[in-house]
Amino acid sequence: MSQMEQRETCGCTAQAPVDSTRRKIFKIAALGLAAGVGLHGRAALALETVPEELRHATGDLLVEEDAEGEPTPLKLTDLRVGKPLLAFPYDAAAKRIRSETRLNKVVLLRLPEAELDAETKALSAGGVLAFSAICTHMGCDIKTFMGSEKVFACFCHASKFRPLERGSVAGGPAPRALPVLPLKLDGDTLVIAGPFATPPGFTAQA
Amino acid sequence: MKGLMKGIAVCAVAVLPAAVSAAPGDYAPVTDARLKNPEAANWLQYRGNYAGWGYSPLAQITDKNVGKLQLAWAFATGQKEGHQSPPIVNNGYMFVTTPGAQVIALDAKTGKELWRYKKELPGEMLQLHPTNRGVALYGDKVYVATVDAHLVALDAKTGKELWIKQVGDWKALQYITLAPLAAKGKIMVGSSGGETGVRGFVAAFDAETGNELWRTFTTAAPGEPGGDTWPGETYKNGGGSIWITGTYDPDTNLAYWGTGNPAPWPTEGRKGDNLYTGSTITLDVDTGALKSYFQYNPNDAWDWDEVSAPLLIDTEVKGKKVKTAVHAGRNGYLWVLDRDGQKLNFVDAYPYVNNNTIKSIDPKTGRPTYFEERRPGMGKGDVHFCPSLWGGKDWTPEAYNPKTGLLYIPANNNLCAELPEPEPTKYKKGDLYIGYPIEAILTGLRWEMGKKDAPKTMGEIQAWDLKTGKQVWTHKFPTFNWGPLLTTGGNLVFGGGTNDRMFRAFNATTGKLLWEVPTPSGVTGVPTAFEVNGEQYIAVQSGWGVDAERMQGGINRLLGEKTVVPQGGTVMVYKLAK
Repeated sequence: MSQMEQRETCGCTAQAPVDSTRRKIFKIAALGLAAGVGLHGRAALALETVPEELRHATGDLLVEEDAEGEPTPLKLTDLRVGKPLLAFPYDAAAKRIRSETRLNKVVLLRLPEAELDAETKALSAGGVLAFSAICTHMGCDIKTFMGSEKVFACFCHASKFRPLERGSVAGGPAPRALPVLPLKLDGDTLVIAGPFATPPGFTAQA
Repeated sequence: MKGLMKGIAVCAVAVLPAAVSAAPGDYAPVTDARLKNPEAANWLQYRGNYAGWGYSPLAQITDKNVGKLQLAWAFATGQKEGHQSPPIVNNGYMFVTTPGAQVIALDAKTGKELWRYKKELPGEMLQLHPTNRGVALYGDKVYVATVDAHLVALDAKTGKELWIKQVGDWKALQYITLAPLAAKGKIMVGSSGGETGVRGFVAAFDAETGNELWRTFTTAAPGEPGGDTWPGETYKNGGGSIWITGTYDPDTNLAYWGTGNPAPWPTEGRKGDNLYTGSTITLDVDTGALKSYFQYNPNDAWDWDEVSAPLLIDTEVKGKKVKTAVHAGRNGYLWVLDRDGQKLNFVDAYPYVNNNTIKSIDPKTGRPTYFEERRPGMGKGDVHFCPSLWGGKDWTPEAYNPKTGLLYIPANNNLCAELPEPEPTKYKKGDLYIGYPIEAILTGLRWEMGKKDAPKTMGEIQAWDLKTGKQVWTHKFPTFNWGPLLTTGGNLVFGGGTNDRMFRAFNATTGKLLWEVPTPSGVTGVPTAFEVNGEQYIAVQSGWGVDAERMQGGINRLLGEKTVVPQGGTVMVYKLAK
């Protein structure tokens, strides 16, 4: 399977970058994806098995996982600094929460903007960062932020990821970074600005 | 190191002829009679026999010559994570399983791959325990239970999938880690998931067709015996999961299963004994009817699953002949039960690791009482308790040698834990159901209370004389031990389990270390012994991961170290140098 096909199946790479910084991010994302294809084919396949209309899309808003009642798109002010929150993409036009697949699940984390370097800042929305909530090791939910080490920690096998370094692995058995999802703000509302940098999901062995 | 170099040299020689050797001959069907009286040359099930002994009568390799043990062949599985399954051998055919629910059939003499089965796993699933603990053999089929909660029957000679049945719902985080138990035309399995709010069960499937024959839940519903030990509907997500293969007494037709902790961990919402969690239960193999039980941890608050099934040993205890069921508990006591008359009655219990939580044990009923200040819960703040969440012994199996009369326990001593205030928790399908902050659990391992320095030793192999209730010998390791045990007719005990990647042999009578060799990864696999063409072999998988790795993380945190044990599975097979 060609890289181009894989890129398409992983979704959303067609959207135009919005500025030069973002262009760079998207290049990184594409490279990451290519690496993902070679090393982790089955992880990419995981998203492939999800019908396209169920996958997240650029322009989706986000709603908190398990929120009851009418879907309420998350705003910057809904996030407290250092407190992660699990969310799903929300297609506002169709009023549909894209929660049919776990692979869409996102962990949001707000950090003081001053702590973000330029590259990370470009991925964030007012200091809010988004990552796949599915650990790249064995697929468990990532929902714990250890403030002391500034890392996400996975309960299952204690993999650790650095939100301030595009999800890079800080420890534990995870073989690759936690896929970062670019965000932007529309007013005060959090909006998905592009595809995951690398395929979400656990890293299957051959 | 010298041993390893020798091993490699032998391996290079041994592997060459493998490429040209034929596959083993005809496959010998596995019958009830063979499982009941297994021939010494083969290792036909998880622990070698129905009684769960982990014993091979083979006596070519002995305490006198074990120093000459060398690598016969090795085989890389290509998989990471915890390789815990025993190499199961039937007439020259070896079957191992790997994390990710692969089954590999090998020529037991040469290590040549005969076939490999790969279960495709759903891309969305998560794996809390990426491991598999082995196959069951019955008739001309091989059975594997998978991490996405399926039971698969394979043709033993070709690996062809003959049938596949869904046992549980992986989306509800039901999963299977155990090797199935095969008896009387049935294949029995149970569900893991004590941290995901499953309702534990054992289920039996027709060996030929895969049709489900019965399913018995391990938490009692209202109206059932024990149903009044759960408030409201808490039993529905009450845990009691089944992690490890049951043992079986063909004379009474009862299978013995160990059950896991109740869920969630904090006890506030589930006052009562929470039957039949933290217990041994006995099930009639024909009907699945629950016949008797013994609960080691009523209303458990410490994650003390009592997952490993008891060993069935007919022996003398303090001058009296007793048909025992023996279990080295996660709660740090060695339990001796009387299984005569189809009931499980308490005989005695001996603390085998440091314990500051159990206050007393009723001498008649065996029911423990606890120092309640050691019970984590609301309004308690940080609560320190020993043994740790992983207990004196986790899933790793004990072994019993009828020649020495000794029971061998792979123990972890001097390790404790601390849990903070519980957090509110509500069951949600597909999510963890624990009740404590995750960060606190990840960082919960402690030395004994008041001790700032690491203990001099942690892991142990202990030998107990059931006749006297005394510990006969103990081998202590500077770090922890996650090594399942094998004992043999050659007066030997084999095990790995330490983070230095060693696999070792001990004198079964004295505990003297006789042989050790480093393996590619760490050994948390179940060792076995078998014979091909009159030559004895010792086999084990090297492949660190799962809870051994978790405990290493906890120890690293306490010591401020960064010990990493390399991962990757290898089947290691040893024999005596010519």
